[in-house]
Amino acid sequence: MTVESHQEPADTKTKRRSFLTGALAILCGGLATVPPFGAALWAFLDPLRRSSGAATFLPLTDLTNVPADGQPRQFPVIADRVDAWTGFKAEPIGAVYVKREEGSDRVEALSATCPHAGCFVELDKAAGCFRCPCHNSSFTLDGGIVAPSPSPRSMDSLECDVSKSGAVSVKWQNFYSGTEEKVARK
Amino acid sequence: MTDTHSPDRSSDAHVSAGTRGLGNWLDSRTGYRALLKSALYERVPGGARWRYVWGSTLVFAFMTQVITGLVLWASYSASAQTAWESVYFIQYEMTGGWLLRGIHHVMAQAMIVLLALHVMQVVIDGAYRAPREVNFWLGLVLMTLVLGMALTGYLLPWDQKGYWATRVATNLAGLVPLIGPSIQQLVVGGPDYGHHTLTRFFALHAGFLPATLVLFLVLHLSLFRKHGLHAKQPITQPDAMFWPDQVLKDAVAMLAVMAVVLGVILLPALRAILAGEPIISGHLGAELGAPADPSEPYAAARPEWYFLFLFQFLKVFEGWGATGEFLGAIVVPGATLGVMFLMPILGQWKLGHRFNVVFTIAILSGAGLLTAMAVHEDYYALWVDRSAFADVEKVLESTGGDSDKIAAALGHDEKKIADFENRRHKLEAIRRSEAFLSAVKQAGTDADRAIELAGRPEKIPPTGALSLVRSDPLTQGPRLFAQHCASCHAHVDPSVEGAEQVFAKGSAANLFEFGGESWVRGLLDPKQVASAAYFGNTAHSEGDMVSFVSEDFTDKDVWKQADKEAVVFALVEEARLLKGAESKKLVKRGRELIADTDRCGSCHPYRENETELGYAPDLNGWGSTEWVVGIITDPTHQRFYPDTNDRMPRFGVASEGGLPALTREQIELISSWLRGSWYRPKGNDKAGRAADHP
Repeated sequence: MTVESHQEPADTKTKRRSFLTGALAILCGGLATVPPFGAALWAFLDPLRRSSGAATFLPLTDLTNVPADGQPRQFPVIADRVDAWTGFKAEPIGAVYVKREEGSDRVEALSATCPHAGCFVELDKAAGCFRCPCHNSSFTLDGGIVAPSPSPRSMDSLECDVSKSGAVSVKWQNFYSGTEEKVARK
Repeated sequence: MTDTHSPDRSSDAHVSAGTRGLGNWLDSRTGYRALLKSALYERVPGGARWRYVWGSTLVFAFMTQVITGLVLWASYSASAQTAWESVYFIQYEMTGGWLLRGIHHVMAQAMIVLLALHVMQVVIDGAYRAPREVNFWLGLVLMTLVLGMALTGYLLPWDQKGYWATRVATNLAGLVPLIGPSIQQLVVGGPDYGHHTLTRFFALHAGFLPATLVLFLVLHLSLFRKHGLHAKQPITQPDAMFWPDQVLKDAVAMLAVMAVVLGVILLPALRAILAGEPIISGHLGAELGAPADPSEPYAAARPEWYFLFLFQFLKVFEGWGATGEFLGAIVVPGATLGVMFLMPILGQWKLGHRFNVVFTIAILSGAGLLTAMAVHEDYYALWVDRSAFADVEKVLESTGGDSDKIAAALGHDEKKIADFENRRHKLEAIRRSEAFLSAVKQAGTDADRAIELAGRPEKIPPTGALSLVRSDPLTQGPRLFAQHCASCHAHVDPSVEGAEQVFAKGSAANLFEFGGESWVRGLLDPKQVASAAYFGNTAHSEGDMVSFVSEDFTDKDVWKQADKEAVVFALVEEARLLKGAESKKLVKRGRELIADTDRCGSCHPYRENETELGYAPDLNGWGSTEWVVGIITDPTHQRFYPDTNDRMPRFGVASEGGLPALTREQIELISSWLRGSWYRPKGNDKAGRAADHP
């Protein structure tokens, strides 16, 4: 009897002790893994804080190279580019289609990146339209959707500027694809 | 007799006793015998069967990928300037590299097929039922991981194909609500595709995904062992052990899979042997496209065949806008996977099991059908005769595609109009298919050329293979010419059929082999000089050069045949394109005639003849790289046509703050291409003319 009555508190004591030991073990072990996981996650999320920078006007061509015939012409967008640790001088970073209506001094520019899934839209001169080779999205020469189309929106227009001397520049931007709204990437 | 053999026997006994001793020792330290026994002596209810082999073949396929993948890893370098380059080296220069990469590439595809078979076997047999639900879910996780490895592996060679397919795939990931753009940016490694896209995809492909896969595979296999093999009912045969009965069947199946993989790799070699052609080992196994170029459109972009159904599925939602995109790329595939996760629960009821079987077969046949549709659309032009649609093309051309005019042309007959519309759609499908096929052909040409350039004795520069491709006249020349020159100038061999019609459409000279002997002969031929191939369609069609060639040059008293020849050779020599020792002897005489102020020199400045620049083009260095670069840059320059330039733009001149139509490098590329001056490997002279490329 005496022995039994002494055993009960000893059991509780052991249980409490082993609970505390267990909790401490989990806490210590857990704490030990926080730094590697934390550092890994921190570094892994690094791309989220990187941006392609604010959109700027980039020189594209001369007005004389855009005949006023309403026909779009493709021009590469040239700029310095940084890819992680490599810096490129004056590289093609994208392409635009530029056209000028008859008798006009204004030019209009469309990004050659398909708003559907980001492929390179091509100009089909024979059919008089733009066509994306990936999922067959078609667009008019003004960039409008030719229905039915997998693309949710028209081709993305870009701001243009023509200087007094006739230098054409374009405000180069990338947009999210697959959305009805044209939202610029940051 | 017995005596002579006894020493051998005793040594046998020694060896076997020794081996047993070693075995016992190892067993007491590791318990390997019990482990081996439990691994091999699993009861197979109803005996070994072929239908149970799929799981084992998948493990085998995965092990193959691990072995080949690790060695590929040992030679691969994940960065935008080294990925393509290192894969090129593996494929074309490393001993056995083509076989290693071939096995990895083809086995990855075999794995997808085996996966489909395994899933089908499990679902049809109802092997997901209690108590095996969790194992079925583990299997689905494994399937997703395998598909993830296939997707990430496609990008690693950093060729055009992988690059553009991955752009589409990652853009689709961006469609996930709220977190999509962040997921995309995390996977891509930043706002743009580059080094970190490769390093991240590689870490996923060779690290995170296979490690996770191994973890789930261990769980999958241990649960498989815990519940035992799910036998297909009814059981008619007596039970057997896993070893050796089922192992034999599994091993035969593995061998068959490997044989198919090797067959796919080696089939082109067999074809080459039968055709008596040389075997190029680099062309066997996995292909390697041209290096990824974000600025170069790639119209042949398609995912690997096992993802073609998803690609085609997106087209189903034409006209649905962003909703369709979201449905096709995220919702439907997600829902399909969701239904599969529910299968073990649904399968508790007989009807549910039937649903599962029908669903699986429907999904697989649907995927098969979509794949077939995608292939059919892409290769449509190969199966249909376009000439049968000539009448449709005629109507479209005459009406400009205007629906009112078309209706009028067809006499407002509704039946005819409906038929016309139907055939017009078919014609459009043919055109699209033709565009795809020509893009595939172009992709092949570009890939071959990139590989040829990478194989130069100078090797690939530190800036990577893309810089080689971008500075290659043979690759860039035709593109730049098509974009900037071809609206006026032709570039067609005059001897081919239909050349005349092409020249007639142009408004400037044909530049095929410009500066070469046959071009100069044509220029100085009275029958050709005023034709569309030379000055015919220009403002110079009645100019002094045309009248000189058709009148003065034909005067046999003034121009002896030998002198005419000498002028031809001297001009070709100015272009640095003259070949042959005999013709070179005449160059001196030709130069005197050209410089002579009573002959060519009366209009053209040449050498010391003191004729002033400005009336007719300068013939010093005529047709040479420097001369061609000069005229493309500014045809109105004093050396060329300051007053009589006919519509040719000044491609290299820009106004203040603007950019010219062509950069100096681009003009040089066009010039070199026109002059046939580009790198060609030794022993291959077919590709071009000039050998003066640095």
